[in-house]
Amino acid sequence: MSLSSRITGFVRDMIAVGAAVCMMSGFTASTAAAAGGEPIHIDRQSWSFAGVRGKFDNDQLQRGFQVYQEVCAACHGLKRVYFRNLAERTGPGFNEEAVKALAASWPNQIFDGPNEEGSIATRKGAIIKRPARLSDPILGPYDNDNQARAAQNGALPPDLSIITKARGVEYHGGVIGHIGYMMRDIVNGYQEGGADYLYALLTGYTSPPADFKLSEGMAYNKAFPGHQIAMAEPMTDGRVKYQNESVPRTVAQYSKDVTAFLAWAADPRLEERKSMGWIVMLYLLVTCVLLYAAKRRLWSKVH
Amino acid sequence: MAQHEDTYKPGSRLEQWLDERLPLARMMHGQFVDFPTPRNLNYLWTFGGILTFCLVIQIVTGIVLAMHYVPSDKLAFDSIEHIRRDVNYGWLIRSVHAVGASMFFVAVYVHMARGLYYGSYKAPREVLWILGVIIYLLMMATGFLGYTLPWGQMSFWGVTVITNLFSSLDSIIPGLGTKIVTWLWGGYSVSGVTLNRFFSLHYLLPFVIVGVVALHIWALHVVGQNNPTGIEIKTKSDSVPMAPYAVMKDMFALFAFMLVFGWFVFYAPDYLGHADNYIEANPLVTPPHIVPEWYYLPFYAILRAVPSKLGGVALMFGSILILLFLPWLDTSRVRSARYRPIFKWLLFLFFFSFLALGYLGSKPAEGVYVMWAQIFTTYYFLFFLVLMPIVGVLETPSPMPRSITESVLGEKSAGSAAVAKH
Repeated sequence: MSLSSRITGFVRDMIAVGAAVCMMSGFTASTAAAAGGEPIHIDRQSWSFAGVRGKFDNDQLQRGFQVYQEVCAACHGLKRVYFRNLAERTGPGFNEEAVKALAASWPNQIFDGPNEEGSIATRKGAIIKRPARLSDPILGPYDNDNQARAAQNGALPPDLSIITKARGVEYHGGVIGHIGYMMRDIVNGYQEGGADYLYALLTGYTSPPADFKLSEGMAYNKAFPGHQIAMAEPMTDGRVKYQNESVPRTVAQYSKDVTAFLAWAADPRLEERKSMGWIVMLYLLVTCVLLYAAKRRLWSKVH
Repeated sequence: MAQHEDTYKPGSRLEQWLDERLPLARMMHGQFVDFPTPRNLNYLWTFGGILTFCLVIQIVTGIVLAMHYVPSDKLAFDSIEHIRRDVNYGWLIRSVHAVGASMFFVAVYVHMARGLYYGSYKAPREVLWILGVIIYLLMMATGFLGYTLPWGQMSFWGVTVITNLFSSLDSIIPGLGTKIVTWLWGGYSVSGVTLNRFFSLHYLLPFVIVGVVALHIWALHVVGQNNPTGIEIKTKSDSVPMAPYAVMKDMFALFAFMLVFGWFVFYAPDYLGHADNYIEANPLVTPPHIVPEWYYLPFYAILRAVPSKLGGVALMFGSILILLFLPWLDTSRVRSARYRPIFKWLLFLFFFSFLALGYLGSKPAEGVYVMWAQIFTTYYFLFFLVLMPIVGVLETPSPMPRSITESVLGEKSAGSAAVAKH
């Protein structure tokens, strides 16, 4: 067998195997129709943490935390994130002493079980709590879901710890386009649909179309499935005073920053994962090349 | 086991001592070093080794995950988050396990498609094929059980939908289906009790798979490997010893496979899952669109293509069980589709309908999607039950090489190949 026919043979084999693998792995994920009926288009944003070389931007995460603290934390908890995490270098990277002080002054304190006398509540009926420490979770204002619903007109503000993972963007298009779309995302390592959605939601408050019937106490949002959301528009321009005055104090900027912060909260090991990935991929690639060379040399005696 | 030359020489006195008492090393040497493999195997034959690798990876990562996972409806979701965030390299182990399940299925589908194309299910490999179908069924069960463990919304509602399928048996014997469902759930709804038993079974089944895989490999080593020509090994020049030839090729393919595997683990670990499974299970809130994992989608499409619930369930299970009868449904004496001009295209159309069913399974069961699912489901069964038996009789096979050696070296050199090359 000549070399050229062996190479074509190999290429043919690899195309066959590759095509099979791609086609099978391509069928992923749901393509849920939005509850509201017509498909909602969610724009992609450029995130520093997206893609194969993605990294979080410490400054952005710090600003995002500020937005969370001053706006979101009024209703939403962040229970899977611990104060200690805020000091992580691959996260917001706040100074540890500052985080300690923050934890101690966090208004939503920690219930630590019965105290030394065995009481869980004061004589007046208030639950006994202590200030948070570095090792404690970042809690929201409500002790439980019932309390939250009672305070929020029946709606439950979800915990935001993994909100960007728990949301996604659906593809609305034909079969061929869908395959191309998936391949592009897989090759680019793009799985930031949840962040795109969250940004679209936070910037999606508009006045409803004339024929839209909005229920009592609800707000209109272009990105939300069904367009009726119980959360009122949370931010207005200028509401959060960033220390760095060169950063615009706009809803768009706040939304971008808080989304980035929540993307970190949902995937705090992202940087470690992506940087280790290069080493592993490089090792596999080099070994692959060596194995292929060895295999060719070995088989040259047979063919 | 197939007869072939035994080149095992005990190297030390200890090996010799052991060889006289338990010739384990001799057996391994015979089966995995000397074992003759057809010299014309292409890369589709490397997926057996890749699948073994996948099984080992799933078991090893699974055992480590079980050290940190808490199988309780109150704590399961939290424990997964704990693994992702706080356990050392927990994010890596969990991603390898979750992505590994998908990779396992990618590999098994390629492996099965290869078996279909080259007629690897035909005599004398019927038992080998049937064991393979059993492994596939066990894999599906294990994957399904495993997907419930994170106790997210899709876990919870996936279990609810799939276990509820058994209630369709009520239309045969009233009460039977409901009884079975209650028995599976361990109560009157999917609950923590269900989660506990699913965890137990999810830990058990992989070891059952190991056992059946051992039988599968044993059967393979009795009848020998098929090859792209579908012609059996006749002379020594038709084969090469497994080590180092096939082993080296398998190693290369395995590392190429790991490149794809690693890419998903490090750059798209959540891509093959559902966002809804990052929401903790809530029996009071149904997700707008319940979908199984991608590897079940073709069968999910078949289930929903049928207007009657019992009919859908019957066709869904039937679509897999039908594979057990392939050796007898295919009437052609030619193994490889390479030499079957009509069957080849019918088979490609079958592969296409399977992929199409997968796509349709991810779509809502309404309108035009249902119609297409019905068309492709019809072809799925038509292919196995009607076309396969008939085409095998009617078709005239194209000319085949006389031997594996001839197919590799061409007609001229075939006669002298044994002398020249070995």
